[in-house]
Order: sequence, then C-alpha cells, then structure tokens
Amino acid sequence: MPENRTPTPPKARSRKPRKTGRRHPLASVALIAIGLLFTGGAYAAFSTSTASAATDATSQQTIDEGRKLFIANCATCHGMQAQGADAGPSLIGVGAASVDFQVGTGRMPMAAQGPQALQKPVQFSDEDVAALAAYIGSLAPGPAIPEAHEIDGEGDASAGAELFRINCAMCHNVAGAGGALTEGKFAPSLAETSSKHIYEAMVTGPQNMPVFNNLNITPEGKRDIITYLKYLQTHPSPGGYELGNFGPVSEGLFLWIFGIGSIVALTVWITAKSN
Amino acid sequence: MANDDTSGKDLTGVTPSGTAHGEAPAGTAVVARDAFENPGFPPHRPRVTDIDPKAERRAERWVYTLFYLSIVGSIFAIVAYMVFPIDAENIASVRRNNLFIGLGLALALLAIGIGAVHWGKALMSDHEGIDERHPVPGTPETRARAVEIFEQANTESGFGRRALIRNSLIGALIAFPLPAVVLFRGLGPQDVDPVTELSHTMWKKGTRLAIDPTGNPIKAADVTLGSAFHVIPEGLQDLEHGLLEAKAKAVVLLMRLKPEDLNELPERKGWSYDGIVAYSKICTHVGCPVALYEQQTHHLLCPCHQSQFDVANHCEVIFGPAARPLPQLPITVDAEGYLVAQSDFHEPVGPSFWERH
Repeated sequence: MPENRTPTPPKARSRKPRKTGRRHPLASVALIAIGLLFTGGAYAAFSTSTASAATDATSQQTIDEGRKLFIANCATCHGMQAQGADAGPSLIGVGAASVDFQVGTGRMPMAAQGPQALQKPVQFSDEDVAALAAYIGSLAPGPAIPEAHEIDGEGDASAGAELFRINCAMCHNVAGAGGALTEGKFAPSLAETSSKHIYEAMVTGPQNMPVFNNLNITPEGKRDIITYLKYLQTHPSPGGYELGNFGPVSEGLFLWIFGIGSIVALTVWITAKSN
Repeated sequence: MANDDTSGKDLTGVTPSGTAHGEAPAGTAVVARDAFENPGFPPHRPRVTDIDPKAERRAERWVYTLFYLSIVGSIFAIVAYMVFPIDAENIASVRRNNLFIGLGLALALLAIGIGAVHWGKALMSDHEGIDERHPVPGTPETRARAVEIFEQANTESGFGRRALIRNSLIGALIAFPLPAVVLFRGLGPQDVDPVTELSHTMWKKGTRLAIDPTGNPIKAADVTLGSAFHVIPEGLQDLEHGLLEAKAKAVVLLMRLKPEDLNELPERKGWSYDGIVAYSKICTHVGCPVALYEQQTHHLLCPCHQSQFDVANHCEVIFGPAARPLPQLPITVDAEGYLVAQSDFHEPVGPSFWERH
C-alpha cells in the first residue's frame, strides 16, 4: 500500500491550480485521505476476491487449473479423461478426498510401480493439490474433503479406541504403529498422519485398505477414531521407550542384543583372570 | 580350597607327567618323538594386588565403596517409592515410579554382585586347586547298612505284611487327584455336548448381520465396493451370559467384491448377495481373528502365523499353516433390504478338534 501513497498527492496538486485557485487549506489533506481510502478499499476488495477464489474448490477456474495439472502430471497413467488405462485405474468417482489423500501425502504421482505406492515428499503445492482434487471431484460424485468439524479430534477417545481396535488395529497395530501385509505390502504407521488424511483414508480406501463408508463407521465414529489417534500421537507411553510399538519383534531384538549381550559381558568379566 | 577334605592339592609347580614317549620296544628302528605332551597348567602369575600394596588397598576401597553404594541404592529405592507415588489420574506417574524404584533396586543388587565378584577376583586367594571326585558308590558297609534300615522299617511298619493297609493307601493316593479332573471339567460347558457346541454358532436362518460393536443391522446397499464390515449376529449384545463365547464363534467379516471377480463354487452359488460375501473371522489354524483384508488382491491375512486366504476363490488357503478354507456364511437380504443369514455355518468354525480333523 505505501507505493500508492506517493502518486496521489501530485495528482491532487496538479489539478487544483488549473481551477479557480481558491482552495480550502484542508482540501489537499482531504484529498489524500480520500485517495488513501479508495486505494486501500480497492486493495482490500481485490485481496478478498482472490482469497475466495483460492478456497472455492468448485469454481470453474480452479477446475480448469486442475485439469491442466492433471493432463501434465497424471494423464500418462490415468488417461486423458481420467478414464483409466493399463498403468493406472480410472479416477471417475473416486472423489476429491481420494486425490487430496494420494497427492497430499506424496503417494501420487508414483515414482515406480511396486507392491504399493510409497509415501514420499509431496510433489505439489497445497493450491495445486486442491485444484487437482477439484478437477477429479467435478468428474463424478465421490467422497469430498472433510469439513473441519469432522476432523477436529474433539470426540470420545475411548469410543474411538474401541472402533479402532475392531476395524483398524489388525493391520495398523493397536498403537497405530503399522504392520506387514502380504507380498511386500504394508499398513503404514499412523504416528504422523494428519487428521484430514486419516479421515480421507477411511472414506476412500486407498490401495489395499478397505473402504469404511459413513454407514459402516459413522462420521461421529470417524471423529472418535481421529481423537484416539491424536491422543496416541500427543501422549507419551506410560511404559517408557516404545521401541516402535511393534511388540515382540523390536522388544525381543532389544533383549536379545542388550540383555543377552550384558549377560555375556558379565560372564566374561567374572571368569577372566584378575591381572 | 587347598586344604579341604578331598585332599585337593595346590597345583602350582606340579610338573606334567609326560608318558607319551617311553622306552621304545625292542626291534623298533624309528622312535616317534613328536607325540603330544600334556602342557599342564600355566605357571602361576601373581596379580597386581598380590605384589603392590597400593593396588591392594585400591581394590579394597573399590569393594567397600560398591557395598556402600548398594546401601545408597536401597535407600534411594525407598525414597523414590515415597517421592514418586503412583497417581491414578496421571499415567505418567507410573513411569516415574517404576523408573526410579527400578534404578534404586538395580544399583543395590548390582553393586553387591559386582563388589563380591571384584573381592573374589582381586583380593581372595587365587591359587588353582583340584578336588578329586568322590567315588559314586558308598563303601560296602554303608550299602549293607542302608538295606538293613529298609528291611527293619518294613518289618516295624508292616508295609509288606499288612497288604490291606498298603493297598488302601495306594488307592487313596490315586483317588486324591480325581476332584481336580471333575473341577476342571466344570469349567467347560455343562449339560451340552462340547462337540455340538463347537459345531454350531448363533447364526440361524433370518438372523440379521449387525455392525460390531454397535449392533446396528446392515443393509446390502450400505456395503459399498471395497468395503469390509466387522459383523456380529443381531441380538448378540442382548445375551445375558456367554456373550464372549458366542461372539468368539460367530464373528464374521463382510466384504463386497465386483461380482465378476468372485469365483464361486457351484454348490455355493446362492450364498453371496450381489458380490457381498461373509466369511468366519476365526482362523482354521489356531483361531486367531483373520481380518487383514486387502481390497485389491482380495487376500485375507492371518496376523498370527501368516496364513492367507483368497476371498475371490471361496477363501481357499493360498499360504501358511491353515488346513482348511474359512467357513462361509450363506447370506441373502430380507424384505426390508437388510442382510440376513440363510442358515448357520455348514461346518464348524475355527481350528480342528478331536472329532474334526
């Protein structure tokens, strides 16, 4: 805004001498004030209009932007109309939530075909992810990106823990540490996953994860599950070091190396001759 | 050590008795000289603490310092118990309590152990000694005396003579463990045949499939493609007793596949509904819940022993130790669109038992 301040006063001064020459002593001050108000108001109106354009996921402009990004980055595998091809599935009807999860966690675009798409640094800016999601969401109805109140993590953590134990813990481990599946696939750890991505994974069923639609686990139940996972993420384990929460594997390895190791060391010390 | 009752003798300075190469027998032209010689014990080497009085005092200081440290550790554990009480409201207090009591006790015990070993190694006499083994049998007199005692006891007690007393005692000892057998049987199901109990579950014709844990019935339309529902029979929550036993047998995993992906056995054609299939969640190996469903490969993985079942092919075993496919629950929809069971499972769920192999 400061750059607008300088051009206004000369404009006001140059106009005034051409008129009658009579002017009120406060006229220039009033003009400066009016000019400032006008430019400031215009700037404010402009900035709010761009902000609303960025957040409005359904505007045609965003969708067109998303379509361009899609054709440049995704169409090789998923087809020009997102209809799917040999290398990638159709994306018609997967919904904006699916795109926001897959691209927003860096799983898509895939680096290479493998047992499953791996999480890696996110390849797109937040605006680009939103544009891609808007484009795919515009193709056919599908799960939408969750509202803030659905993922605020203010639900019932113990109810969420029960739902998590029944529906999720067999793959993701009861502490959300993740676990192995078949043939190189695995359920990832949920220790760092954001509330939004947890919700989106449940409704879209990315890769080999089953879908948990709102009739299976209600939105309230999903909120509780997120609350439980956020509780796990923010509360330390009362048992001390968790060793990854993998249970017998890491704990057994720790005992094998350090427990048996110290027994061997003590045995060597006890039986060695004193010098 | 050197002066105990088995005349163990100090070995220092004992010369090894090399007898491998004695006199060559007459007529032998070449005498082998390279036979193995018993090297005996290495010469005794005095320790630093034997030679240097300063080192000896240092070792002594170490030992009693360790023992004092042990006292400190014990007191520390008591103080930690008082300073870091377990607060039921604050779960982090458990960690502090355990950590500091554990540190104190570990210091107390380890310091005693290390101190004692150091004492033994550095300060006590370190001369190697040898103790001859006792001969295993006793002297003939001892053995004769033992036999004599047994015979005398038999005569005096009449154990061999009074057969009625002896046999009734043996009978009593055999009967004593019997109550345990009956008591343990009392832990199992009563008034019913266990084989029947294991062969049947809560499912019967018309029982609605409900969501675990809420018990809400499931409509076929709720089960979208790729979904996995964890299912209990409707009404399970209302059971007065035996809820867990009933649940452990009746839990089912409900999945929806594309109908064209589903390869059904001819005799099970009518058991699914529009690509929705229901299978027992209890592994046929040792009964872990099998619920790791991969919605793209349609494989079910048992987390305990890595048995894999192919849902697309009537849950046949494709890997692992399970012997049988998971039993399928025949399902259909009722007039209101809710999923219902057509009948109970057609075979016992879960692992093998005596009457089922």
